[in-house]
Formats: sequence, C-alpha cells, structure tokens
Amino acid sequence: MEESTPKYQTFVVNSAKYKTLYTTKFEMRKKWERPNPNEIRSYIPGTILKLMVKPGQEVKEGECLLILEAMKMENKIEMPFDGKVKEIHVEEGVKIPKDVIMVTVE
Amino acid sequence: MGGGEKAIEKQVAMGKKTARERIMSILDEDSFHEYDLFVEHTARDFDMDKKVLHGDGVIIGTGTIYNQPVCIYAQDFTVAGGSLGLMHARKITKIMDHALKMRVPLIGINDSGGARIQEGVNSLAGYGEIFYRNTKASGVIPQISVILGPCAGGAVYSPALTDFVFVVENISKMFITGPSVIKTVLGEEISMEELGGARVHSEITGNAHFYAESEDECFDQIKSLISYIPWNNTQKARKFPPQEPTSSLNIEEIVPSDPHRPYDIRDIIRSITDSSDFFEIMENFARNIVIGFGRLKGDTVGFVANQPKYLAGVLDCDSSDKAARFIRYCDAFNIPIVTLEDMPGYLPGVDQEHAGVIRHGAKLLYAYSEATVPKITVILRKAYGGGYIAMNSRHLGADFVFAWPTAEIAVMGPEGAANIVFRKEISEAENPDEVRKQKIEEYKEKFANPYVAAAKGYIDEVIEPAETRSLLIHSLTLSDNKVDTRPAKKHGIPPF
Repeated sequence: MEESTPKYQTFVVNSAKYKTLYTTKFEMRKKWERPNPNEIRSYIPGTILKLMVKPGQEVKEGECLLILEAMKMENKIEMPFDGKVKEIHVEEGVKIPKDVIMVTVE
Repeated sequence: MGGGEKAIEKQVAMGKKTARERIMSILDEDSFHEYDLFVEHTARDFDMDKKVLHGDGVIIGTGTIYNQPVCIYAQDFTVAGGSLGLMHARKITKIMDHALKMRVPLIGINDSGGARIQEGVNSLAGYGEIFYRNTKASGVIPQISVILGPCAGGAVYSPALTDFVFVVENISKMFITGPSVIKTVLGEEISMEELGGARVHSEITGNAHFYAESEDECFDQIKSLISYIPWNNTQKARKFPPQEPTSSLNIEEIVPSDPHRPYDIRDIIRSITDSSDFFEIMENFARNIVIGFGRLKGDTVGFVANQPKYLAGVLDCDSSDKAARFIRYCDAFNIPIVTLEDMPGYLPGVDQEHAGVIRHGAKLLYAYSEATVPKITVILRKAYGGGYIAMNSRHLGADFVFAWPTAEIAVMGPEGAANIVFRKEISEAENPDEVRKQKIEEYKEKFANPYVAAAKGYIDEVIEPAETRSLLIHSLTLSDNKVDTRPAKKHGIPPF
C-alpha cells in the first residue's frame, strides 16, 4: 500500500509543524463538544416505553421522566436537577438510536 | 470426508478451503498425525442422537513446520457448521494440554458458527475450558490463531487470548454479537464485513496482527512467523546464517536534514537487518509506530520504532497498546528488543485524553521497565518529553542507548520551548516574531542535540548512522548472557 509520492499534511505538535500523513482513525475522530446539561440524551438505542411527564411540568431531581426500553430492561431516565420540563421530543412507542435528545429541561 | 460432498462444495463456493486442506498447507508434507478421528458427540436432546457428526466438527493432531513439531487444530465448517459442542471442545483442550505439556507451539484454525445450541451449557463449558488453557499456556508456548471463517460470540475470546491472530480478506469475521442481533436490539444496520471483517480488525480494532488477501498468503505468513520465534519460552529462536542487508538505500541518506520532514522508518530497519528482511506485525493498525521481527547476524530481534511518516510518529493510545504487547511478547520469549526513536511527543487532543492516553501510555512504560531481555535504543532524531522516557530510555533499564548526531533529546521541541521559556521576552519585544525566531535558534543550538544528554551519561555513544548495524550486533553479542532480575512477586499490576 505504498504511494510513490504521498501527499503530506501539516501536523502541529507543541508549536512545531511537521509534514506527515494522517491515519484514518485520526481523520475520523469526533470533535469534542461541551455537553449541554439541559439536554437529556439517550445513552443507548431503544424504544420509548412510557412518558411520565408533560411539557411545562415542574420536576424534582431524581424523578422519572420516561422509561426507555433497551437490552430487555426498562431503564428509568431521571431528572438530573430540580427544574421544569421544557419540551419532549419523542413519542411513546418510537424506536430511537443513541445520543438523541429526548427531553429538554431547564 | 468431513460433512459430505454438498457441504464441501458450499465451503469451496465461499472461497474457503476445507479444514484438512488448510492443515496440509501449513504443515510440512506428510507430517500430519491426526488424533481423535472417531470421537463422537454425546448430545441427546433435539434429535441429536440420530445425527452423525464426523470428528464432531474439529480436526486435531500434530505435525511439523520446518521439521520442528507443532500441535494444530482446525475447526471443520462442513460438519454442523463447525459449531462447538462438548466433545468438540474436549478435542481442542486435549491438543492444547498436549502442546503445553510438550512445550511446542499451538496453531488454531477457527472456522465455526459458534456454540452448538442443542448442547446448551455444555458448549459454554467447552469454551470456558479452552480460554482457561489459552491463558495457562500464554507466555509458555507460542499460540497462533488463524481466523478462516466466522468466529462469533464467546468463541472469539480464544483468538483474543492468543499471541498472534491471522485474518484473511472476505473470509474472517470476528464479533461478539452479530449484525442480526444488533439490528433487532439496537436498530443499527451493518453488514458482517463492516462489523468484524478482516479489514476492521487489522485497521480499527487492533485484534488482528496479520492481514492476508488469500488463505495461501496467510499460510506463508504463518510459516514466516514460525521461523522467527522460539519453540517455547525456555529456548531462543532458531539461528539462521548471517546475511548482510541488501537494501539499495544508503542509511545516511534516508533521514531528511529538516527535522520537520518525514521518512519511512522501515527503510532504516531494512538497511540494518539481515537480507533487509523485516517481518512487520500489525501493519495497518496504529501506523504511527512500527513493530516486527528482523534478524541481526542470524538472531531474531524485535523492533519497536516510531514512524514519522504517520502523525509525525507521535505516541498515542493505540500505538502504546500495540508496542507494549509486542514488548511483553518478546520479553516472554527471549527475543532482544531494538528501539528506534524519532517522535515529537504524545498526540494532543480531547479524544485522546478522554480515551485514556494516560493509562495506555503507562502500559508502554510498564512493558519496557518490566522486560529483562537485552534492550537497545537508538535515538535517530527527535526524542522529546515524556516520549523520550517511554521509548526505552536508559532510565527504564535500556542496556545500550545510542544516538545519531541528528538526535534532539530535549523536554520539548525548540518551537514549543522557546514560546514558554522566553514568553516574557517575546511579548515585551518590539518585534516579537523576530525575537521568537532568534530564541528558537538559540534553544536549537543549545538543546536540540544529543550532547546535553550525553554529558550526563544518559546515552552511551553518539554514533554515525553507518555504524548502526555493526554496533547493534556487537551489543547483542555482549548481552547474550544477560542476567537481570526483578523483586520476587507473583506478578505486577500493569495498567490493563
């Protein structure tokens, strides 16, 4: 898999610029984004079994927002802090993949 | 033979050889003795007692490669899909016990649909017994796994526990849960090849050590590997007649004078090994570091070298893992380690930090410090910061440390260091860029060379590139009878 004249990229390490090739893994890495604490995202793909709250409802820390069925278990998604439900983005019975915003709170 | 004509036709149609053909291709001609040909399965549920499964789906036996004995087993996909039942597992554990007792290498050809559901927990018991023996034999005899078919679910842990895994394009498939289960439970669609095909494991997961485009190429790789490694942990690898390197490249001209320009470290390795042969391991994974076997004056040597051609040769999670396991393998099997260093530091980035580059980097430090085989380091160019320590420095117990005149051993590169040390001067100057350039030059003059480290005795000699091969051979002859001990302990606790 040798190219005769590879196209080198510029790569900076500690202020020094080097000419080198990138690896595929390096090019495909995810850029880090600060997580938004108001977004309740799914940590595993699954089915929304039951919604326990309505938009505008005041919820205390630890209370169950919804039940996500995944890996044959009913997972309780809990409220991370005292607050209010702003918007619910999913419906009961819907299958969702990982990292989807299910509920926004404030 | 095997599972019958139709099953064999299906196997060939998939581009796969039969289990027996594979064994014959790997071993020396006429050297194979089969054991347990007439073993029958003991399952009685689900009408199994009406079925005849020849050899219960696996062929075991002994043979020779290059006239030295090896134990081998090959799962037979034509018999009940090569599925593992109790007697199938017992046959495998029998040959594993045999290999361990006789201290000969073990080669396992995996080609199986997985556990035989009809046999229930007996299949799981079988797997468990195999994994236990894989671990018991680890570091005592070389264990080689060849994945020539599906290897799914629990079965895939056996190759993961062995020393070297061979995969073949379009034929090998390794995963814990298959695409159909993934689709049902998680709703993610992916094909078998994309999930756990040969390329995935050679390039992304690092589970495979050798990649081949055909089964025949794979068998040649296996035979090559066997020629480099010793038969068990009490012996040294076979000595070959010494040969001079045949590379047309002049070692003095490979490294560019500009330290920011890359080159292929394998060119350097090839200009110092016998016949310029270099047997690279895990070629497509963590390409910023290169590992493999070569010979110096006929003796096998393990090479660990930074690769400036990829990511400037930085160290990161994957490369630390790759090198650390190889170092431990060489240490277990009496193979001296030669380290060629040219790296500017660790790969920066949040994804690296959060992936645990600390923990993985520590593996490399641990592996080098723990190894008691002769360890020789040659610093070719950059050796900055933590990476200088990690790449087998004197401080981690290297026996010989040499440096080329182009070596730069420093805490940081001139650019980075000048920015920090002279930050005040640069920011207060009228022309910061000019001052920065000047300071970088100053730092370069003073520190970007091997002599500061040499003045402290951290390196033994500054050598000309052309002397590298002869000095390595001289050092290896010197360390033939090396004795080095560690405090008595059951075993350390490496950062797994």
